[in-house]
Amino acid sequence: MKFTWFNLMPWPYLPDDFREKNRSVWVDIDQKLFDPVKSHEVYNTYLDLLEYAADVGFDAIGCNEHHQNGYGIMPSPNIIAAALSRRTKDVGLVVLGNSIALYNPPVRVAEEFAMLDCISGGRLIAGFPVGTSMDTNFCYGQIPALTREKYQEAHDLIIKAWTTREPFAFNGRYNKLRHVNIWPRPIQQPHPPIHIPGGGSVETYDFCIDNTYSYSYLSFSGYIRAKALMDGYWKRVAERGTPDASPYRAGFAQTICVADTDAEAEKLYKEHVDYFYNRCLHVYPGFADAPGYRTIKTIQTGALSQYAPPVGGYSTLTWKDLTEQGHVIAGSPETVRQRLEELAKTLNVGNLFCLMHVGNMPKEKCMYSTKLFAEKVMPKLRNVFPDYANDDRFWCHPISQVKAGNLPTEKKALEIVGAAR
Amino acid sequence: MQMTLELKTVKTHYAPVRYIEGGSGQPLVFLHGAGGAQANDPFLTRLAEKYHVYAPLLPGYGDSEECGEIRDMLDFTLHSWDVVEALGLKNPILVGHSMGGMIAAEMAAIAPHDVTRLGLICPAGLWLDDHPIPDLFATMPFEMPKLLFHDVEAGTQLLTAGLTLSDPKFLQTYLVNNARQLGMAGKILFPIPERGLSQRLYRIKAKTVIVWGDSDRLIPPVYAHGFKKGIAGSELVSIPEAGHMVTLEKTDQVIQALGRLG
Repeated sequence: MKFTWFNLMPWPYLPDDFREKNRSVWVDIDQKLFDPVKSHEVYNTYLDLLEYAADVGFDAIGCNEHHQNGYGIMPSPNIIAAALSRRTKDVGLVVLGNSIALYNPPVRVAEEFAMLDCISGGRLIAGFPVGTSMDTNFCYGQIPALTREKYQEAHDLIIKAWTTREPFAFNGRYNKLRHVNIWPRPIQQPHPPIHIPGGGSVETYDFCIDNTYSYSYLSFSGYIRAKALMDGYWKRVAERGTPDASPYRAGFAQTICVADTDAEAEKLYKEHVDYFYNRCLHVYPGFADAPGYRTIKTIQTGALSQYAPPVGGYSTLTWKDLTEQGHVIAGSPETVRQRLEELAKTLNVGNLFCLMHVGNMPKEKCMYSTKLFAEKVMPKLRNVFPDYANDDRFWCHPISQVKAGNLPTEKKALEIVGAAR
Repeated sequence: MQMTLELKTVKTHYAPVRYIEGGSGQPLVFLHGAGGAQANDPFLTRLAEKYHVYAPLLPGYGDSEECGEIRDMLDFTLHSWDVVEALGLKNPILVGHSMGGMIAAEMAAIAPHDVTRLGLICPAGLWLDDHPIPDLFATMPFEMPKLLFHDVEAGTQLLTAGLTLSDPKFLQTYLVNNARQLGMAGKILFPIPERGLSQRLYRIKAKTVIVWGDSDRLIPPVYAHGFKKGIAGSELVSIPEAGHMVTLEKTDQVIQALGRLG
């Protein structure tokens, strides 16, 4: 298994009465709740935690893109990834991802991802989400029924920009470019591995299968509820005559909290889990799914929006409900190991996006949980899929890494300049 | 005399188009709003007592197929002219409600010599920063009546009559229809229902009647002035105690107003 330490970067100061006083954490969230001065510390703590996860041995660290969102203060994941690329070495950088229909022109994504891959020495794992309806339609104004067509065109343009070695003209419906010739281009060839977040549409299954992209289900409702959706994916993989059903063809996001014992986990993390599920996921239902955003076929399959809360809402879910139903995997290292093994095997998922920072969790608790996971859980799950141990098609391929901060001393520099002049 | 309207199909270049037809008299093409139209629509039924009514459904509406080739305002406008031609009509009275009014105005602007009588019933298509139109696409179904009706209670009855929202099967059908219909409407209405019509209004040569409900809370009556100012010689009929669904709330008065077109 590959473990990515993921931080959604929630704003940790949503008030206790947030649900009562606000209609949504997303799109039209109250401007006054964001404090730029406090954010200075929040951002730097979150970056520190991501770097800490790299230090304790996670395979990758990850970030994503949301807009006007109280639980994700990362409208530009590339800025976060750029900061991380300088202070880490060897660890994978998962940017999951850039909502490519929103970049105008999308060659911007080809360029920025290429820069990230070059700065990090081939450590980029690139994600191309369509973006949620909140982000793509309601915040960034894309027409719902045309979003997927625009996404597809952006994808084709980016791949062509990455793989074509001479300037070309691109006459798309949404992009008319006479001279596409990105400079720089990525280290990884033919291009960095690509992960596609999806929510159960057959079109996205096929897109991943046809292009050898990893399909990621980024849900907050846990692995038990994800079974039907992932079964649908694997069924499609089989139907399409795909040469293998490698677990690395799939990724899954899971909230995880580790402590010494199950009881300690509840004691330490309950309030932060509650903060996340009851404040951070308080999305106004009118923003969940702009008509036309999801295809008719997808709605007909009965797949609910990822952001549709469970019947009755999250607030009725107790710690026991959340952990037993798998929304959250929490407990002693052994409990967490068992449940993650069950997750890996029932979903056949090789890429695990570990949501280890939850809601308003303070950095100390987050470090504690992260360290326990890295030391006592990760090693025991490394070889859950021995048959696919060498499947590196969906992972980054770093080159020999240059250390950041590698300038000579001023004295040494003067000596060399002296010898040259 | 109670008219019976029929649902029929006509072929056009991009898609087979479903249309509601009935009545006798001068041919009148009615373009529906974002909510669509049905053969038992009380407004169309009354209209058909006086005119030969043709009410084409946009692709994706009712039981019709979606059409991926219709993407932007020009596509909508030309498609609607294709429908008029496919129906074998020349210079029909052209009437549109809300989104349909926006399309009708565009049709009259792009082909000013082909339309001599134009009825715009609280049309979309303009935008005033000081009077933002509510976001239809982020509005929950239960919030709709207060945007659409003067008499909210009666409007709610009208919208939910015969619906069983607790039935999951019904809900799924509802979601599919909503996605298909509003998905199509979103191509010209999302996120802001304005596609440059204001700079084309001057081209309209038709005799034009603009009809507006005084208590329209979806597209407030202040928008009527933009249309009146933009279309030379147009006439505004304001109807008291009526909301955006003025066609349902004050059916007779709307039909009377359209009568001014001759």
